[in-house]
Amino acid sequence: MINDALLSKILVINLSKWEYHTLERPELFRERLGGAGVAIRLLDEFCPEGADPLGPENPIILSVGAVTSLFPLASKCVAMFKSPLTGNLGESHGGGRTPFAIRSAGYGAIVITGAASHPVYLSITKDGVAFRDARALWGTARSDTVARIIRSKDGTPGARTILRIGRAGENLVRFANVTSETYRHFGRMGLGAVFGSKKLKAVLVSGDELISVSDQKKYREVYDTLYEQVTKSSLMQKYHEIGTPVNVKSLSAMGSLPVKNLTEQRLDNSDNLSGEEFARLFLSRRVACSHCPVSCIHIGQIRIPYPNDPYFFKTIPVSYDYELIYSLGFMLGVSDPQDVLMLIDSIEQTGLDAMSAGVCAAWATEAMQNGIIGPQETGVNLKFGDTPQYLQFFELLAGQSNQFYRDIGKGAEYAASQYGGTQYALSFGKNEMPGYHTGPATYIGYICGARHSHLDNAGYSIDQKPVEKSPGTPEEIAEELYHEEAYRQILSSLVVCFFARGLYSREVIREVLSISGIDMTIEELDILGRDILYEKYLFKLREGFSLEPDKVQIPSRIFELSSGKGMIREEEVRRGVARYKSLLEEKSP
Amino acid sequence: MAKKRLAVIDADRCVGCQSCMFACTRRLGFGGVGKSAIHVSSVGGIERGFSVRVCRACPDPPCIRLCPEDALVLRPGGGVILHKDRCTGCGSCLDGCIIGAISWDKEENHPVICIYCGYCANYCPYGVIELQEVNPDD
Repeated sequence: MINDALLSKILVINLSKWEYHTLERPELFRERLGGAGVAIRLLDEFCPEGADPLGPENPIILSVGAVTSLFPLASKCVAMFKSPLTGNLGESHGGGRTPFAIRSAGYGAIVITGAASHPVYLSITKDGVAFRDARALWGTARSDTVARIIRSKDGTPGARTILRIGRAGENLVRFANVTSETYRHFGRMGLGAVFGSKKLKAVLVSGDELISVSDQKKYREVYDTLYEQVTKSSLMQKYHEIGTPVNVKSLSAMGSLPVKNLTEQRLDNSDNLSGEEFARLFLSRRVACSHCPVSCIHIGQIRIPYPNDPYFFKTIPVSYDYELIYSLGFMLGVSDPQDVLMLIDSIEQTGLDAMSAGVCAAWATEAMQNGIIGPQETGVNLKFGDTPQYLQFFELLAGQSNQFYRDIGKGAEYAASQYGGTQYALSFGKNEMPGYHTGPATYIGYICGARHSHLDNAGYSIDQKPVEKSPGTPEEIAEELYHEEAYRQILSSLVVCFFARGLYSREVIREVLSISGIDMTIEELDILGRDILYEKYLFKLREGFSLEPDKVQIPSRIFELSSGKGMIREEEVRRGVARYKSLLEEKSP
Repeated sequence: MAKKRLAVIDADRCVGCQSCMFACTRRLGFGGVGKSAIHVSSVGGIERGFSVRVCRACPDPPCIRLCPEDALVLRPGGGVILHKDRCTGCGSCLDGCIIGAISWDKEENHPVICIYCGYCANYCPYGVIELQEVNPDD
């Protein structure tokens, strides 16, 4: 079948009843492009108010965009759900082959509701859904084994995606992730726990349907211009060569990289954790998401001897990125790069979100130092820099082995509410912080962003601007953050990787959309971006989120250690938050 | 004019972006990969790297021998040419190609066979595939 360039079909699956049907909604996709724009509407439709995030009523929405499979770097899929970590909007973006496979199976979005009575995996093609028994896969030690088994049984090689959870998701750790294609993740906000609550071990989607475009000549022209920029210009170079860890040296030099639960600004021997050093010692392969020639995924190979068996080695390929080096290296005081790769592997195989897991481990380490928790809770003796203890900690966390691990499995803020240490539980909006202690903008961004992610509005980037170009007041910072977040709603409705934001200007977006049969002016695009952001905010409010001053909890630690922009004052962060709140409420142009 | 052939130069440099597959289908005016004559898939998981499958111009192509309708004929300079008018869509050629370089056009119900135009190679930034001139003596 040849599908229209305009998306229309939504696959709705009910795991409780083992039923599925499709909806035709071309107008929804014409109005909202796809991705985040469509997903927030579907979340509003399918998620009842006050839903239990781990109940059958919480829907999982996967949505691709208007230019998925048509243009380079339109290589992301948006997942939306009610987050079991924050209790409000759950939104996570993943790449791999997920968007390509969903679109090539003929769908614009997939909605999964209900809960199965025993572990299942779904096998989705253009012809529908097969519900397959996954009882034999439940509890598998290494999460990559699950993908290997499914890959050998099901789907078309090269034209499929396999989304799967690890033990952390099965055991409902509220920040468990979903992995696709071994190295890509719907990482944040606990989609893995939502899968686990539905006894959904994996989702395979397979397809190779064609997409028709109205103007073939123009399609190729627009494509070639973009492709030339992707591959020849310097815009993508940093992602392409050293990869995201290229930032380690500069952030560390600026004192912007959080170390040991943000108690220090610098880590001894931190040069060992630079992107250059990882490349020199470990880089063995670079790989890419489907339809992205950038190949930002950097895989390091580690060789581990078996302690009691001479001449036996285990070689493990591990994908590393800046955020993981931050959360499992700097944050935990681990400066040996091989140790960091081993920690990453443990996180991958248990299916935890690396950022949340690292920040929770860092909080627990400081809490142990302060004596508010002890080995009777943790079962291990956490000390910054002690890798073997952290490896055990993550195992126990994924296993949810006792009350303490069930508490920390609800996030650092929750654990601190039970044991103390809220002032150094580094969560914002109940989501553990990313690796940027750059200045006030990054924190205003974490607090106000719809996903409480550095990617929402790139506050870290504002903090790093030269003085003459940076906004002067917290209010001006908030305005810049707000406009960036609104613009990013368009990117995440197309759905384009944020690494390509330099390529997909408003003008280019207009052009690629016209190939997909959607004609919009730049003004209309800007309005749409603000509308999508506003609707996300409304969903958050509906589920109990608030930016009222007395409801915004800020760990005081961030005001105690100098940032890349010097000491941050609480008053300036709060002023920024107040302005952001008013902009959201006004939907201000 | 010298004959050309598509060659896989170094599959170890393949990052699995599949830009070549998208190019092959886009050449025919479509989005997606449903008409692609080149195929990239992982060799047992992305961590192990990729296989790049495309017609390698065997000197004595089994696909030609297996076609009951003589729809596939030897191409001067290597490779095979499909005569669509003779093809009945029986799929015998698929069985003949053990490297899996023949894919299937489901819309038109006939095999997709590389014509060595080299369009895909323009979209491989890593030099994995290349259009090479064929030695006239071959």
